[in-house]
Amino acid sequence: MAVIDELILFMLAASALWTVMTRSLLRSAIGLALTSVMLAILMFRLNNPFAAVFELSVCAGLISALFFCIITITEPMTPEKVREEGGARFERFRYLPVIVLIVGIVLRILTVKIDVKLPALEEIVDVRHFLWGHRQLDLIGQIIILLCGVFGIVILLKEIRKKGG
Amino acid sequence: MFSLLILIPLLSVIILNLSFGRLMRKTAFSLCLALFVVQILLVLLPISGGFEPIFKFNLIVDDLSRVVLFCIGIVLSSALFVGEHLIKDDDQRFNFLNLLLIALAGMNGVVMVKDVFSLYVFLEITAVASFVLISLYRDRDALEAAFKYFVLSAIASVLMLSSIAILLLFSGDTGFSAINAAIITSQHSRLIMLAMGLFICGLFIKGGLMPFHGWLPDAYSAAPAPVSILLAGIVTKTVGIYALIRIVTLVFVFNDPIKYLLLFVGAISIVLGALAALGQSDFKRMLAYSSISQVGYIIIGLGCGTPLGIFGAIFHLLNHAVFKTLLFVNSAAVEKETGTTDMDKMSGLAEKMPLTGITSVLAVLSTAGIPPLSGFWSKLIIIMALWISGYRIFAVIAVTASVITLAYFLSLQRRVFWGKLGKEFNNIKEPGFMLAFPALVLAFIIVAVGILFPYLAHEFINLKELTGG
Amino acid sequence: MHLIWIFCVYVIILFVIGIYCILATLNLVRMLIGIEVLMKAVTLLIIVAGYASGRTSLSQSLVITLIVAETVLIAVAMGIVLSIYRHTKSLETGSLTRSKG
Repeated sequence: MAVIDELILFMLAASALWTVMTRSLLRSAIGLALTSVMLAILMFRLNNPFAAVFELSVCAGLISALFFCIITITEPMTPEKVREEGGARFERFRYLPVIVLIVGIVLRILTVKIDVKLPALEEIVDVRHFLWGHRQLDLIGQIIILLCGVFGIVILLKEIRKKGG
Repeated sequence: MFSLLILIPLLSVIILNLSFGRLMRKTAFSLCLALFVVQILLVLLPISGGFEPIFKFNLIVDDLSRVVLFCIGIVLSSALFVGEHLIKDDDQRFNFLNLLLIALAGMNGVVMVKDVFSLYVFLEITAVASFVLISLYRDRDALEAAFKYFVLSAIASVLMLSSIAILLLFSGDTGFSAINAAIITSQHSRLIMLAMGLFICGLFIKGGLMPFHGWLPDAYSAAPAPVSILLAGIVTKTVGIYALIRIVTLVFVFNDPIKYLLLFVGAISIVLGALAALGQSDFKRMLAYSSISQVGYIIIGLGCGTPLGIFGAIFHLLNHAVFKTLLFVNSAAVEKETGTTDMDKMSGLAEKMPLTGITSVLAVLSTAGIPPLSGFWSKLIIIMALWISGYRIFAVIAVTASVITLAYFLSLQRRVFWGKLGKEFNNIKEPGFMLAFPALVLAFIIVAVGILFPYLAHEFINLKELTGG
Repeated sequence: MHLIWIFCVYVIILFVIGIYCILATLNLVRMLIGIEVLMKAVTLLIIVAGYASGRTSLSQSLVITLIVAETVLIAVAMGIVLSIYRHTKSLETGSLTRSKG
């Protein structure tokens, strides 16, 4: 079991690395969606199915769509420019895989013992009842932040009507 | 009862935008004003508990929350008046009022929650409202400042969330009392120290303390005038400083490493903020660096750890909200009349704008800690607390920085208000009632608190005991 | 418990990737991608903490709320980036270094 988990974790890290290092922004957005999918699979394996579904539908779907929108609207670079920018970019980003490898190997070698065992809950509350019963304040917070986001988008993107001349 | 403070702004925003467009636009201002006045009154009168609507929230309203709720009411009313006067476009004004209501709901939430993750959610609400408010006019500097603020705020959020995750591992629940119990039982574990450190660093970034202040001067100076009032007066204080006070005194165990961290960061903020303010030539930027310096005083008072120090910190929070708001209202008046915030271009404005000049002098003297104004008392209490607990060096730093504060503020006064009136300013006049009224009220509060404090001090003793702990 | 530590190692790796991306890029949209990677790291950390302590319902509630907040954050940030693009017609941060300090 641990082997599958470790494999998916490795793919998660690899897709995140590819997302950050790839040259074109469009491929970065696809890489982000791929990372979300890996994360959703991991969440599913760790007994969190609801969060996995949310992650899949919102992050791998909605946020990737948002990124595609903005990249198509603002992508100014022609293919020649991409090639010449590519060299300078690579120089800046070339340390990243090295750092990641070193950090990963060092941390794997020294294992920190995290032995915290909390007593199990008396009654297992389903996440749906938990969210709507115990964390109502978070739900109100979600509503407020969604309203705020709507206002933000409208204010930032609306064309200013020219009044008069 | 106090959950209404979050629910009613939310309902108002929904109702304001559903229908009856023209009617709603006319009544929006009065509605906001009514809400803020009700909030101030609710806090001053001894009402507690009572009427609980459908939802059952877990809210805490003790004296510390009341102080900050009071500040929120006052600063938001000032921002409301200034915004109503200065924003010309009807649509933009309506959007501003709506965002003000959302920020009100967010900050009320921050002040009243009993749960670490809900604290994070309401912090995010306030942050998103701030980003949009800063970029209200969509000019280039403001958008840059908003983006910088966004990146740093996101990093701070990530730090706080990772700390919450580690604490979740130890405590099984995210309420204040559960985490406190978990930390007390396993104090010296390195993971717990790491979690506490991460959370405090996240709050430092949100509160704009050195060395994490990168976004603050740009955001304060590039934002529109009413938004600067909002940001400087209450948002940074609520999301950064109030959260820090609440977390450190109620949730975390207040041991020595945390105290030293707070003392050092506070001292660095005081000194570097004051030194940076000396060399500024833009009105609002100087006020921004002065804010960093004053917030350093609050943190150093908090880091002292004794009940006296914490009381001084809370008192200075109240005072700073009042006089910084007054200074920003004055800068809004000056900016409206002269069209610029560059101090090198201004001179001798007191001749034509006497009210602004006088209130500005009062605010400046209070910031520098001159008796008998309110700032003197809070700084005195902080310095006394530091001296008594043995942190003599920090007390000396605080006093020296007071002198530097006086220096740069007097130079501001000299450059902007005193001296000979520049030729191009012959036509300016005192700004209208909407700008003068909040300035007068705030100046009155500074003078009243300063003069009456020694007589009323025994009224506030219970505050000391509650947060002493 | 060894499995939990392996998860934590990968969380730290994701953190490093995200921070490096934000620091080393000159493009505004790539900064947003870096912030997204950081948020994924934190989501994974919350899930792992919930799994290790047995409180899956709590961690799922937290993650659901966090995903909503993160979406709104990214949407507003994109609004800001689009407005900047309308002003300057380019997204290189080299052109945005007017305000320093």
